Amino acid sequence: MTLFRQALRSTSRLPFICGRCRTYSAQAGALEQVVSAFRCVSGDEGVSVASAVREQHGRDESVHRCRPPDVVVFPRSVEEVSALAKICHHHQLPIIPFGTGTGLEGGVGALKGGVCFSLRKMEQVLDLHQEDFDVTVEPGVTRKGLNSYLRDTGLWFPVDPGADASLCGMAATSASGTNAVRYGTMRENVLNLEVVLADGTVLHTAGKGRRPRKTSAGYNLTNLFVGSEGTLGIITKATLRLYGIPESMVSAVCSFPSVQSAVDSTVQILQAGVPIARIEFLDDVMINACNRFNNLSYAVTPTLFLEFHGSSQSMQEQVSITEEITRDNGGSDFAWAEDEETRGRLWKARHDAWYAALALRPGCKAYSTDVCVPISRLPQIIVETKEDLIRNNITGPIAGHVGDGNFHCLIVLDPNDPDEVQRVHSFTERLARRALAMDGTCTGEHGIGLGKRALLREEVGSLAMEVMLGIKASMDPKNLMNPGKVL
Amino acid sequence: MSGRVLVGVKRVIDYAVKIRVKPDRTGVVTDGVKHSMNPFCEIAVEEAVKLKEKKLVKEVVAVSCGPQQVQETIRTALAMGADRGIHVEVSGKDYETLGPLQVSKIFAALAKKEQADLIILGKQAIDDDCNQTGQMTAALLDWPQGTFASEVSFEADKLKVVREIDGGLETIKINLPAVVTADLRLNTPRYATLPNIMKAKKKKIANVKPADLGVDVCSRLEVLKVDEPPQRQAGVKVETVEDLVGKLKEAGRV
Repeated sequence: MTLFRQALRSTSRLPFICGRCRTYSAQAGALEQVVSAFRCVSGDEGVSVASAVREQHGRDESVHRCRPPDVVVFPRSVEEVSALAKICHHHQLPIIPFGTGTGLEGGVGALKGGVCFSLRKMEQVLDLHQEDFDVTVEPGVTRKGLNSYLRDTGLWFPVDPGADASLCGMAATSASGTNAVRYGTMRENVLNLEVVLADGTVLHTAGKGRRPRKTSAGYNLTNLFVGSEGTLGIITKATLRLYGIPESMVSAVCSFPSVQSAVDSTVQILQAGVPIARIEFLDDVMINACNRFNNLSYAVTPTLFLEFHGSSQSMQEQVSITEEITRDNGGSDFAWAEDEETRGRLWKARHDAWYAALALRPGCKAYSTDVCVPISRLPQIIVETKEDLIRNNITGPIAGHVGDGNFHCLIVLDPNDPDEVQRVHSFTERLARRALAMDGTCTGEHGIGLGKRALLREEVGSLAMEVMLGIKASMDPKNLMNPGKVL
Repeated sequence: MSGRVLVGVKRVIDYAVKIRVKPDRTGVVTDGVKHSMNPFCEIAVEEAVKLKEKKLVKEVVAVSCGPQQVQETIRTALAMGADRGIHVEVSGKDYETLGPLQVSKIFAALAKKEQADLIILGKQAIDDDCNQTGQMTAALLDWPQGTFASEVSFEADKLKVVREIDGGLETIKINLPAVVTADLRLNTPRYATLPNIMKAKKKKIANVKPADLGVDVCSRLEVLKVDEPPQRQAGVKVETVEDLVGKLKEAGRV
């Protein structure tokens, strides 16, 4: 998803213009009082009601319009977060945690106004334990920041959603990425969280300071918060599982006559026990866009981009097993490289896919879908989705993390064409339901946020929704934590 | 030709750290602050290791000057592929005042002692930004220098260096032995992987004192004070273009 985020940052946000300077909600006097209470906790520089700052904190990288909060606070420690939360709790003000604002589902929009907790001043890497492969970070630490910090230790944090996101934010949205097939998602890689609840209570989900690699102790509160998208509490520390930097990396590309053959190859590669690190799928529309954008000449047909991690000795074996499998499935033009420059060239098509998609229709905006199904259903859903795209005249090149059964239609649309906007909207609903019908999920990586709440109910069923609502009610009875999201 | 390359690696405050000036304004806060190898030194090590992998040189020796902690920096170079290390012990006041002139004297002495064919250094350190050590070392040894290198290759018995200069790129051919300083685009340094970090623990680091090399590390420079850059002033909003022009005139800008 690298492409997606980089591009959204750079494309114009018109016509999703941020809402005009939002005046204080009903009790203007009460807000004044609250703001000065905030200033007592975080200092003058730690509180802002400037419209530019509020607008900046009311939007992310999704297509949802800006919904600015009434106030933005910048706490410097968990003690400040707790004190500020207590004030909000007392005055019944919504609380919206904010990491890097790189989310894709409108999760930071302050639908009911309230207070945005921007956590960027809490940016320490704490407690690195090299021999135990774990580290604890504050919410201001980003993925690239952590990996840069770790670069001399031989360790890294491999979950890579593309954006340089806050790691605690990634925990809040249960982020994933191109590496998930080998290293897992945030769900598998968060060992402990420190969370501030709506009333200011500080909770350690696995017990304070604990970081065993596995545990059977009690309910899994850590994973309750992973993916809760700020609706249960503010994450102020995350203890993460680290991995050894691979000794060697090899990249490869291969073309296939059909989606089926590409997916079959993927399944067989996984079954063969090849510890593949990335398998990315690009459909013919996407390859065509990439060819045009980068002056390449890949065959315009479903293509797999692969990356292997391991010891230099094992690379040769992994590559030859994979090449054989792809050949048996009708794959052709298998190309691979170990040195960094050639690898970069091989993968350039995949890295630039977002821009290539946008270049198909200059002046348009882009939106990414995010369904995920069991791998065996992937060929069918992709074929049906492509038929739907063609039938409805929608530009939607496809890129996917085929090893996880997760794919994204990078829909390029003219936001000023209401008919097209409507067609795209209906398409995305049909796609989500198609995925649900195939035992899948409406969101593999991006989260529910603002736009998929109805789909969540369809996906998990009313009984599970009741349980979720019950948990929410017990943890946040006043519904102050990021209201209007997820549930 | 011994085929031996000396690479200088300097331990500096990590580039991602927010620097703070000490209250007594004699320097910056270094206690408890993350340190790592100077990024241009990483590029230098990477280039040396690449040359060894291409079998153009035989041995890469990583050198660092400073107190006990610089051994970590040497170990990182060893994990990237250097064969052995030399720790030139300089500590206390001598270390605080250690600068390019003394370091280049040390490198010149080591180059002779180790019979090095090539010295690769980072073009400058990110703490002092001196950009002098490579040039001074070449002068002391009377060796040719290829500074701000963005490409290095061997051509017969000479070294071809493409240099980044203000006007673009300059290509020179210099005799060996020579000094090269690495610029940003020379290469992308590899990460030290765990297996290589393990192997590096077994590689040797020799300890040497500047006196053993006949070098006096006394500094002729004295730092008078260190200040932060001036705080950024808040901007002023104006209502109309006339106001803007008025303010610019007031400030003498127009």
